Amino acid sequence: MTKVTCIRALTAVQAERGAPQLYTAVTRRTCSSVTAPRITTHYTIRPRDKDPRWEGVEMERFADQADVVIVGGGPAGLSAAIRLKQLANEHQKELRVCLVEKAPQMGAHTLSGACLEPSALTELFPDWKERGAPLNTPVTEDVFNIFTKNHRIPVPILPGLPMQNHGNYLVRLGNFVRWLGEQAEELGVELYPGYAAAEVLFHEDGSVKGVATNDVGIAKDGSPKDVFERGMELHAKVTLFGEGCHGHLAKQLYKQFNLRENCEPQTYAIGLKELWMIDEKKWKPGRTEHSVGWPLDRHTYGGSFLYHLNEGEPLVALGFVVGLDYTNPYLSPFREFQRWKHHPFVAATLEGGQRIAYGARALNEGGFQSIPKLTFPGGLLIGCSPGFMNVPKIKGTHTAMKSGILAAEAIFPKVTAEEADSETAGLHVPEYAESLKSSWVWKELHSVRNIRPSFHNPLGLYGGMIYTGIFYWILRGKEPWTLKHRGLDAHQLKPAKECTPIEYPKPDGKISFDLLSSVALSGTNHEGDQPPHLTLKDDSVPVARNLAVYDGPEQRFCPAGVYEYVPVETGDGMRLQINAQNCVHCKTCDIKDPSQNINWVVPEGGGGPAYNGM
Amino acid sequence: MSKKKSFLAIELQIRVKPDHSGVVTDGVKHSMNPFCEIAVEEAVKLKEKKLMKEVVVVSCGPQQSQETIRTALAMGADRGIHVEVSGKDYETLGPLQVSKILAALAKKEDAQLIILGKQAIDDDCNQTGQMTAALLDWPQGTFASEVSLEKDGIKVVREIDGGLETIKISTPAVLTADLRLNTPRYATLPNIMKAKKKKIANVKPADLGVDLTSRLEVLRVDEPPQRQAGMKVETVDDLVSKLKDAGKV
Repeated sequence: MTKVTCIRALTAVQAERGAPQLYTAVTRRTCSSVTAPRITTHYTIRPRDKDPRWEGVEMERFADQADVVIVGGGPAGLSAAIRLKQLANEHQKELRVCLVEKAPQMGAHTLSGACLEPSALTELFPDWKERGAPLNTPVTEDVFNIFTKNHRIPVPILPGLPMQNHGNYLVRLGNFVRWLGEQAEELGVELYPGYAAAEVLFHEDGSVKGVATNDVGIAKDGSPKDVFERGMELHAKVTLFGEGCHGHLAKQLYKQFNLRENCEPQTYAIGLKELWMIDEKKWKPGRTEHSVGWPLDRHTYGGSFLYHLNEGEPLVALGFVVGLDYTNPYLSPFREFQRWKHHPFVAATLEGGQRIAYGARALNEGGFQSIPKLTFPGGLLIGCSPGFMNVPKIKGTHTAMKSGILAAEAIFPKVTAEEADSETAGLHVPEYAESLKSSWVWKELHSVRNIRPSFHNPLGLYGGMIYTGIFYWILRGKEPWTLKHRGLDAHQLKPAKECTPIEYPKPDGKISFDLLSSVALSGTNHEGDQPPHLTLKDDSVPVARNLAVYDGPEQRFCPAGVYEYVPVETGDGMRLQINAQNCVHCKTCDIKDPSQNINWVVPEGGGGPAYNGM
Repeated sequence: MSKKKSFLAIELQIRVKPDHSGVVTDGVKHSMNPFCEIAVEEAVKLKEKKLMKEVVVVSCGPQQSQETIRTALAMGADRGIHVEVSGKDYETLGPLQVSKILAALAKKEDAQLIILGKQAIDDDCNQTGQMTAALLDWPQGTFASEVSLEKDGIKVVREIDGGLETIKISTPAVLTADLRLNTPRYATLPNIMKAKKKKIANVKPADLGVDLTSRLEVLRVDEPPQRQAGMKVETVDDLVSKLKDAGKV
């Protein structure tokens, strides 16, 4: 289609003009044998107030006032918004609830397995079935295997084990989020997809005042374009932050309010997922398969899922999770996923099928030990952002929704009170944390708290399974001790010279695929002419440390091919090339960078993946 | 008056439906046609220069067309008209029916200028503007890369195969926007919020006296054939003999 290529060619030309000039200008100025690279142009690293290109540019922002502002339109944010409006209607009070979401439409950035426990949904909407909630696939059979290279050892799912899924539903979470969005709009929530919250705003007394959305129209080199417009400020009595796993504003809030002083650092995994249309003869709607073992060794945490959906066509959702505390910098989660599909048990299902979607997202594994302080003056944290995932069950949606519901119930009396009962301008609602601690979320997370850390023993995976069998299945997690995690995932990598490169098989184009064709299936795109949103605190660290010591692990853990080490144009050496347009907003780089030099910030709203029911 | 179309976003991988009757559109990300964005921008610019009094945006389609109208209202249009077409009618909606709708609306609204994108990037028809002009018997300035309103008419610079052509046409007229006409502005959040207060009128094609029956029937939709691997040859003789074998020479 010639018209599509002509638009893209035009924008590509406009983008390229900036970069080469900058590079040669820097080399002329520095004049030393080591040329300092200039990669990051984002204003969070290169402030605009001292930048001559920004002199005289109007930086005033339009501001608007709401009662509650919610950052993030995922299950937690939407549940909170819905619950607030339900309470407002019940008590016949006026309440302005505004929700901002960086995805262009609700659900477009949502990615999950997913096997949903309907407990929280039933609390929110007892009549969810009549309302048409897309829970179309009740789980009919549960299969758990330990894979070896060519065989499998089935593990019986006894009632009481975390992997037991009776009563749960296989869902396409993106479609579920879209449905939640429709319910929210009907109740009067103001939803603003396509607008990212880029900055937290503070009152004079240090409490949170609200958020500001992203500026638009900044060129790739950081200068203002003709179409430059400031973002908008949304002020609220209280702001809920539901950005999902490893949110970028939450990262700032942890530092600002010291919310992590009494908890362990969060630990994570990366989940990669594909949707396949398979041969009808192999389709078994409601069948839920999980595996551990091959291709990961017993010291690398991870496993797979394969769910047969029942939505009128032979669709399966499958994926692979790798714990980000892995130690070998040569490990590529994407390639582990691709080779796992060749296991005879999995390949049998996929043969003759067609892959129709791909995506990836980081998920929390810290559980109970990593829950931070949840409230601060003017705001609170909900959902996977602080992190309520039940790791052995690999389910976090029901707890995220419940946290949103509890947040709404805690703040409702405060925001509708005649007199603001607060020491600070932004309302502080510690009641939210209290009610969460006495809810089933806390009990559930407490009972499974030792399963993930029990993996760190000489027997690795097998030790973990033995521990689960004894202490969870028999004793229900009541053991008096709490095991610790190993520390920050970023610090677990061993230097490359101490590790062996992994020989991955070439993709066969039928069951396994290369990275770039996979990224194309995520539908991801960003406005090309904007500063890369993968910002580096120090532009020289990637080559000096990440490449030198760890052989550039970001080339391997990014599921979208954003990071590439390429030879410099003149002379010897390598440089880091950041293909920001490919980013699928998974946050793995911010988590796993061994130098903790990468700071993911939000790009222009509307950019990112275009998942459809992932 | 400005017409815009909502269609499947450009960066997506499109899938053909299993029964080959069309492409899958359920839940897929929709955006405003890029050429229509340029058309809306041009209309808003004309209003800002005080050369036009009011910008009305029109979209024909199902419920979700309203979102596209809202974006155009956020860019600066004054009000919107949503012509409701859904289900089977929407699947067979083509340039001829749309231009009949636009012609009827233009007469009803007493429009002086109709600006459209030159073509939609999902079907690439490039027919609606021209057909609308014919139905109204108005002059047309298509593939416009520059538009200036003068005392005695509109000067339009058109992008054509051989280069650029400058014409002058009288009003009322139909223009279609090409890529280099302008750079559309962003629809910022404050403007989206203000746009919620602007009016969108709902109209049915029957109210305009338009019959939506299509004179075209889509027989089959197929994906482009898989690219076959190429072959490398060592010498020219080799190449000639391979071509002969394949019956090409």
